[in-house]
Amino acid sequence: MAIVKFTLNHQPVTVQSDLNRRLLDVIRNDFNLKGLKEGCGEGECGACAVLINHEIVNSCLFVLANVEGKEVITIEEFAKTKRFTVIKEAFAKMGAVQCGFCTPGMVIATESLLHKNPHPTEMEIKVALSGNLCRCTGYNMIVEAIQEAAKAGEGLW
Amino acid sequence: MKVVNQEIPSIDGKSLMMGRQAYSNDFADTDSLIIKVLRSPHPFAKIEVIDISAAQELPGVVIVLTYVDFKRIPFTRAGQGYPEPSPHDKFVLDEYVRYIGDEVAIVAAVDEETAIRAVKLIKVEYKVLEPILDFETAYNNQQILHPEPEIHEMFPIGFDPKKNIAAQYHMEIGDVEATLNKCDVVVNETFYTQAQAHAMMEPHTCNARFDHLNRLVIYSSTQTPFHIRRIISQALEIPIARIRVIKPRVGGGFGGKQAVHGELIVASVTMRTGKPSKLVYTRKEVFESTYTRHPMRFDMRLGAMKDGTLKAIDCQVLSDTGAYGEHALTVFMVAGSKVLPLYNKVDSVRFGGKVVYTNHTPAGAFRGYGAIQGNFALESVIDVLCHKLQMDPIIFRQKNMIKEGESSAIFAIMGEGTEGTPMTMDTCKLEYCVQRGMDLIGWKTKYPRQVVSKDVVRGVGMAIAMQGSGIPLIDMGSAIIKLNDGGFYNLLVGATDIGQKSDTVLAQICAEELETTIDKIIVTSSDTDLTPFDTGAYASSTTYISGNAVLNAAKAMKSRLIEEAAIMLQTTIDKIVFNGNSFFDSQKKQKISLEDLSNRLYYNQNQKQVATTGSYVGHKSPPPFMAGFAEVEIDIKTGETSVINYVSVVDCGTTINPKLAQGQVEGGIVQGIGMALYENVIVTKNGKLVTNSLMSYKIPTRLEIKNLVTEFAESYEETGPFGAKSVAEIGIDTPPAAIMNAIYNAIGVRINSLPATPEKIWHAINERQNNQE
Repeated sequence: MAIVKFTLNHQPVTVQSDLNRRLLDVIRNDFNLKGLKEGCGEGECGACAVLINHEIVNSCLFVLANVEGKEVITIEEFAKTKRFTVIKEAFAKMGAVQCGFCTPGMVIATESLLHKNPHPTEMEIKVALSGNLCRCTGYNMIVEAIQEAAKAGEGLW
Repeated sequence: MKVVNQEIPSIDGKSLMMGRQAYSNDFADTDSLIIKVLRSPHPFAKIEVIDISAAQELPGVVIVLTYVDFKRIPFTRAGQGYPEPSPHDKFVLDEYVRYIGDEVAIVAAVDEETAIRAVKLIKVEYKVLEPILDFETAYNNQQILHPEPEIHEMFPIGFDPKKNIAAQYHMEIGDVEATLNKCDVVVNETFYTQAQAHAMMEPHTCNARFDHLNRLVIYSSTQTPFHIRRIISQALEIPIARIRVIKPRVGGGFGGKQAVHGELIVASVTMRTGKPSKLVYTRKEVFESTYTRHPMRFDMRLGAMKDGTLKAIDCQVLSDTGAYGEHALTVFMVAGSKVLPLYNKVDSVRFGGKVVYTNHTPAGAFRGYGAIQGNFALESVIDVLCHKLQMDPIIFRQKNMIKEGESSAIFAIMGEGTEGTPMTMDTCKLEYCVQRGMDLIGWKTKYPRQVVSKDVVRGVGMAIAMQGSGIPLIDMGSAIIKLNDGGFYNLLVGATDIGQKSDTVLAQICAEELETTIDKIIVTSSDTDLTPFDTGAYASSTTYISGNAVLNAAKAMKSRLIEEAAIMLQTTIDKIVFNGNSFFDSQKKQKISLEDLSNRLYYNQNQKQVATTGSYVGHKSPPPFMAGFAEVEIDIKTGETSVINYVSVVDCGTTINPKLAQGQVEGGIVQGIGMALYENVIVTKNGKLVTNSLMSYKIPTRLEIKNLVTEFAESYEETGPFGAKSVAEIGIDTPPAAIMNAIYNAIGVRINSLPATPEKIWHAINERQNNQE
């Protein structure tokens, strides 16, 4: 047991817990934020992605100890932004959401990509999102959605 | 049409993107006992001694269950209509374990760490038995995998466990041997398909608790809530009226959640402890301990005349159902019944074979359901025949394939476990699909191959496919529509949205008939207490079967509304015109809005609830059709192969939502590409699955998927809701054959065993070169 302090969705938080716990479990269970999902528990599918200091991170591979002093943003907080609204409309329009289980992670990956590269090429999108698996859509509709978001959100990133 | 055939965004997509609480595990009680399952390390063994005392004594452990705690009631987990065409060959827990990953004991503890520790404290002495790991040796093997006396079939399916047969079947139309003898050209090929994993993103999960009425309430990530309720009642002897199954959002199924997974386990724990409980499968458990696609061997023979007339098809199948017989017979039969009618002009056709038990992870339902396996075999051997005839494979298909207005004798003979239903192809746009696909891929310039460089070659190949739209006279869907004050509706359906967005499609059908917009249709689906019956999300049934049920309920609602409006306006129903918002009496020049009508009905005048019910059972299963065209690029030095273009032209009748239909097709295509090229299943000689993680089992990522072109043919199926047939499965069927045909056209080697990994292709290239030298 130890005390870890970090910022979760812009609020300073303190967690007293086993340092080896996965950030995924801490966020889902201790803070009741259900937006991030466990798809594989081994960093392969990307369904548990969060932003830590604006970098995309698979929270299933991130232990609590490492989050000390960092800033964590989950889909619930990102969903309040204008950039999210742009991504949401683009995903909806392009039919990029089917079962939706991978989608919060996809949205986080999209934000992470556009934050660094507001005008990605198709190949850059594919590379940036290759860590987020989807078994429903066949992917092309998601790639189109991100292209659409980059266009519609011109100036936001 | 104002709502149907429109690209309306799904009704739940935006909320799911925001990360709203939506999936089964999000609804587990926070104080749920955490369940972990001790699983067999042996492919086949008998439990001789099981000592749970150390586990039980561990602080925090609430209950430990083994086979001695369960009454021996055999059942099938398959999740099909009742009585099921699958053998009743499973117990909740048994003294025998039949594959690595089979359930040995159930532990429920106050937290996950304790449950995991307790599982490790259970001591089991196994009598290890010789397993059957090669399905070609299972039949009549001296080792019998299911010796238990209680197991049985519900009606004749050829069940013969003493010979390790879960099911068998044979049919012949005409005389295949006699026809083959008269043919100018006969080809003969054997094909193998692998135990593909569904790899849906949400692992299987369910949770249980008692409600305020002391009823057992289960949330499950399932495709079949009504079947699950029935099976829990039967297997655990709980009165069915005491069980409620709720399916919230599901993170993908593809058939992998048609059958029972952990529902009996959470039900048992909660019934015995009185406490809420939950079970979340690890990804490893999803791979090892749920279900797979049935691996199959096909021995195919075709006979044709020199002019390219196909005369005979002989299709003999051996299917591996693994440790238990879920969907054993029906998947095997679909490998014939939804494949062989593609070539309906033959003189003779024969289909038969066996489904055998082995000590592998059980096979079950998986999108395509036998049709993808059969399609791979038939559409590959058709190309072999074309090559021998020196005939363009498209010209051959155009000459021999089924066309609109035609039928096949197979429809009447082969159903799913029973006899079939005769039907004529009232909609079949295959000719258009083939022609359009040829143009879109650029067949004329690209067939058979293009040399890109010394080491890189491209080739094109194609395949045609059909599927079904529900199971006739078995699959039933139903809907209730309730008018609310304020003039909006609730649509209650048993139909099961598992991510394919059927709630949206059904809302569109309802809104179209009621001439309103989908924001006025509030959909509640798949809650066995609140929604009417539906067999579930399988067999490509929801749009056609449940869609027709919704349409019937909506038509009834429209009539009821007009009756009430006529009373309110003091006129007769023939004078009323309804435009979705208001009712007009043309003679008296009066009107009343739907909102006013509903408010008066509920608060003031002629007070009553208006609600209607509709249900539907299919009398035929109109097949969707498609033509799939693959362009592959192969590095002949390494064997590395990628699909650079895949063209799909689909006849699914009216697309209720073209964007969602495209999503169904492309999702299926990519799963099919995965099965064709990437999704290698490796099992050690001891029966251990090596490819048991998303790291080792390679589903396609974005990088593997290049250009997909998807189009729909103009088509209107009179029996479907607003002309629709199904579109859920058809997309997965063509890639294996189309890609193997493209590889052959590119480099002259044929891969008959899936997947076509770079190693296999490289070896085949070398073998051919060695033979030539």
